Amino acid sequence: MTQRHFVTLCLVPLAVFTMAFLAIPLGRLILASGKGEAGWAIYLQILQTPRYLSTLVQTVVVSLAVTVAALAVSTTAGLFLVRNRFRGRNLLLSILTLPLAFPGVVVGFMIILLGGRQGLVNALTPGHVVFAYSVFGLFLGYLYFSIPRVLLTVMAAAEKIDPALEEAAQTLGAPPHRIVIDVLLPALAPALIAAGAIAFATAMGAFGTAFTLATDIDVLPMVIYTEFTLSANIAMASALSVVLGVVTWALLLIARSLSGSTVAAGG
Amino acid sequence: MKSLSRSIPLTVTLLACAFLLIPIIQSVLAGLTVNYFRGLSSGLTLKWIGEVWTLYAGSIFLSIGLALACLIVTLILGVPAAYALARNPGRASRVLEEFISLPLAIPGLALALALLQLYGGWTDFRTSWLFILVGHVLYTLPFMVRSVLSVLAAIDLKTLEEGAASLGASPVRRFVDIVVPNALPGILAGALTVVTLSIGEFNLTWMLHTPYLKTLPVGLADSYASMRLEIASAYTLVFFVMIVPLLVAMQWASARAQRIAQ
Repeated sequence: MTQRHFVTLCLVPLAVFTMAFLAIPLGRLILASGKGEAGWAIYLQILQTPRYLSTLVQTVVVSLAVTVAALAVSTTAGLFLVRNRFRGRNLLLSILTLPLAFPGVVVGFMIILLGGRQGLVNALTPGHVVFAYSVFGLFLGYLYFSIPRVLLTVMAAAEKIDPALEEAAQTLGAPPHRIVIDVLLPALAPALIAAGAIAFATAMGAFGTAFTLATDIDVLPMVIYTEFTLSANIAMASALSVVLGVVTWALLLIARSLSGSTVAAGG
Repeated sequence: MKSLSRSIPLTVTLLACAFLLIPIIQSVLAGLTVNYFRGLSSGLTLKWIGEVWTLYAGSIFLSIGLALACLIVTLILGVPAAYALARNPGRASRVLEEFISLPLAIPGLALALALLQLYGGWTDFRTSWLFILVGHVLYTLPFMVRSVLSVLAAIDLKTLEEGAASLGASPVRRFVDIVVPNALPGILAGALTVVTLSIGEFNLTWMLHTPYLKTLPVGLADSYASMRLEIASAYTLVFFVMIVPLLVAMQWASARAQRIAQ
């Protein structure tokens, strides 16, 4: 057996598996979306049916809000942790990356513990404050799993910034907030865009968290789930999945081209 | 000004930590108290953990079994493929790598729908644990391939292999004796990632599972919906005890593999 044959042979198991369980199923999913009564016009139907359109808008709005909040929190915390060494720093870092391995359902449960009927906020405040099952609860859940992902991307980029740049700005008399605006943020820009795209795509596709929390909030993954299981509207479930998949894939492609790596989606 | 520019980021960092940590602590405490509604004064107990064991031991073992099976399959599929990709770095390899990475970008729900529509009618396969395994392998395979590939790409495989070839080693021999030992840090990091992700996978599994095959996260969703808070918390605690050491080991191994790859 020659070297060439052996190397080709090494790819065969992967190629067979990917063909059978990824390429063909995805092709079938796309075909299935056009097999409903509306045919390929089903994609137009998504935009024309108020329920689907409002779902799309709601999903995008929540995901955008989460992206902005996660960027703000994680950039602030990430820069602080990169630029300061102190006792307990590693502990803080561990706490902030712990949720990386939590499935979306567990994140949903964390929000129920904070803001559910038996939750902490409801127990501590005098009024009846229950927010876990509202859009705000969903926002907090998405924020919960986005903070670690954004933090890691931002910190990896911040560690590569040359400290001499900052020192130069300091010597030239720039106040701290000007250093952040004029030196750090421009240097971090590609990482911030990448991290934002990851956060946005993850929030768009998050199913587990929404499944645990969203009793009556229409976000895209929940609507796909109900179309498929309750209404048996296979064509619409497929079409919405294709739209969701294309959007998240395109966003993560942008993220990868800007930062070179992605942290796993999920949630 | 100087103190302000330090204290605001510190406050944000601490608030973020509190937001992430407080519910975790609540869940640990709730799983160990006699009555969460009455608080810690009702006493500590292992009763709820015991109940979780009677109710969900099966799903915990199913998840461990699935994770190990998933590891074996990703090793068989992923390590040789990563070697082939490392030996032929080019456009075709990049496209293939991008294609097998699709399951990272496409939400699990969409992948599950695709699998269900193609194989849902094949009852024997649909109702077997192998169907869930396929989903887990799809989702974790890119991590194994990339982890091994990044380590292999950093070493001069060609020179090493030529040396061995001139001494008469066959391609298979060279793969076993040269490629695998050199790739070990990447294989270890990939393996820990695969096991950690497989044990926690929910989005695909929820769609692919059957009532007789509930994995740990599916059982968690079940307990959140239908059990009292103490049992749900105790089950979450069991999950934390399994996943946190894996996460720590995974981060350590990945950092080590990355250092070698640079």
